[in-house]
Amino acid sequence: MSLIETQTDQAPVSVTGLSKSFGNQKVLTALDLTVNRGETVVLLGRSGTGKSVLLKLIIGLQQADEGSIRINGREIAELSLDELNETRKTIGFLFQQAALYDSLTVEDNVAFPLSRHTRLAPAERTQRVRELLERVGMEQDVNKMPSELSGGMQKRVGLARALALEPEILLFDEPTAGLDPITSDEIGKLISKLKKERTMTGIVVTHDIHGAKEFSDRFVMIHEGQIVIEGTFGKLQKSQDPFVVQFMRGVV
Amino acid sequence: MSTDLTVVVIAAAFSGGLSSEWSVGGRDTVQAIRTLLISFFEWFGELGRFCGQLIRSAVSPPFEWRELVRQMDAVGAKSFPLVAVAGAATGVVLSLQTRDSLIRFGAKSFLPAVIVFSLIRETGPIIAGLVVSGRVGAGIGAELGSMKVTEQIDAIEASAVDPFKFLVATRVLACITMLPLLTLVADFCGILTGWVANTLAEPVSLRLFLNHGFRSVTFHDFLPSTIKTAVFGSIMGVVSCFQGMRTSGGTEGVGRSATSSVVLSSLFIILADVVLVRVILVFYP
Repeated sequence: MSLIETQTDQAPVSVTGLSKSFGNQKVLTALDLTVNRGETVVLLGRSGTGKSVLLKLIIGLQQADEGSIRINGREIAELSLDELNETRKTIGFLFQQAALYDSLTVEDNVAFPLSRHTRLAPAERTQRVRELLERVGMEQDVNKMPSELSGGMQKRVGLARALALEPEILLFDEPTAGLDPITSDEIGKLISKLKKERTMTGIVVTHDIHGAKEFSDRFVMIHEGQIVIEGTFGKLQKSQDPFVVQFMRGVV
Repeated sequence: MSTDLTVVVIAAAFSGGLSSEWSVGGRDTVQAIRTLLISFFEWFGELGRFCGQLIRSAVSPPFEWRELVRQMDAVGAKSFPLVAVAGAATGVVLSLQTRDSLIRFGAKSFLPAVIVFSLIRETGPIIAGLVVSGRVGAGIGAELGSMKVTEQIDAIEASAVDPFKFLVATRVLACITMLPLLTLVADFCGILTGWVANTLAEPVSLRLFLNHGFRSVTFHDFLPSTIKTAVFGSIMGVVSCFQGMRTSGGTEGVGRSATSSVVLSSLFIILADVVLVRVILVFYP
């Protein structure tokens, strides 16, 4: 159950006709994407094709040039800052470099959203932080600073922080980038475990297509700002589209 | 004319990367000046918007008390030794320099008063302002800059927390409250070492030195000058946070933010001092 209540029959994430440019560079062009409740969508594509930008647009960290983004049916561009923040509480975001707060310990990093958005007593909060860290296998490192952790450990703490408010939607920006194969596999397993434990609506940006097979319900490949193909891993493998063929050959 | 020149010089400070365009032909130089002026006014426009957002965040609850205390420690307690040493050195220099001059004019007995007056009214506040702006300005510029490029500020926003409330308001408030206190430290150390330097040349008791020094000092000499450092604090806090929050371009950008935070804070503190001294003289002649 989510700590922040949301009740709606609409698709959790619905993007239509989304365009975004930086200067003269068009990143996304009239992109449409709907993520259904309980579905995990894996976004694929070459670096710089706007996958991370799409995640940041969804959570309102950047503004779209054109198009619509609806979270549980609510158009985020029309929300006031307070309403946007209410919506953000229902979304967990794992950043590419984990983005842990340097000046706070592991415990305080995970407690950050809890202490601001819940009325938990300090003891309950500490208990909840321990549980979250146990879930990602980091319960031994509560008092460490982020600089004392390896890249994989930082990602796990970032994951615990993203899960702190039991969000309904999870956005993962390259959860396994820059990690060794064993740690990548562990993170992949953690996401799979999450998916089994709860109804997870998620968008995962990754290059690790094989790792993503474990938890993906649907793959979506973006090229030149638009979706070139979407479907199962098998569908991607069978595709005759030159870009998809080249991408899959590179991966396989 | 001098105003125009100042505008161009400050504009150049804001957009250092454009300086190479100066060496090209006349039309390009005009274009470069235009670009500099535009970036100059854009900078102030953005700063105005930044201040508006800062005030909105600072006055609306919930307040980040814990972070405020942490920042007060970082700005105040950790600057204490630096300000004490700078104030002490200023006291010695003032004593050595003025002693010589006053003996020449036969006004040696005024030495304690000159040291106390000078430190309390101007030297203490400006020394504290500049020394702290060097330390804290660079620290804030670099810290917020690196938080920006490592997406930590995005992460705060994604957690539905206002980064202005958590990062900016706390730092600016810490600078505003701590700088007057640090000024007292600079004043105290300066007066003490002023006496030590004086007594090494010609022994005089501390009590006599202080009696002479403070005989004609009034509360009006002390209070406005000390409180004006709160303005210095707000300048260094706002400018450094602003430079830090608009960092782009990786680690190089972080370096640029740290440097420009110090340069612009110090520059604006000196310019503000000119205005504030004039204003104080109007109200407390």
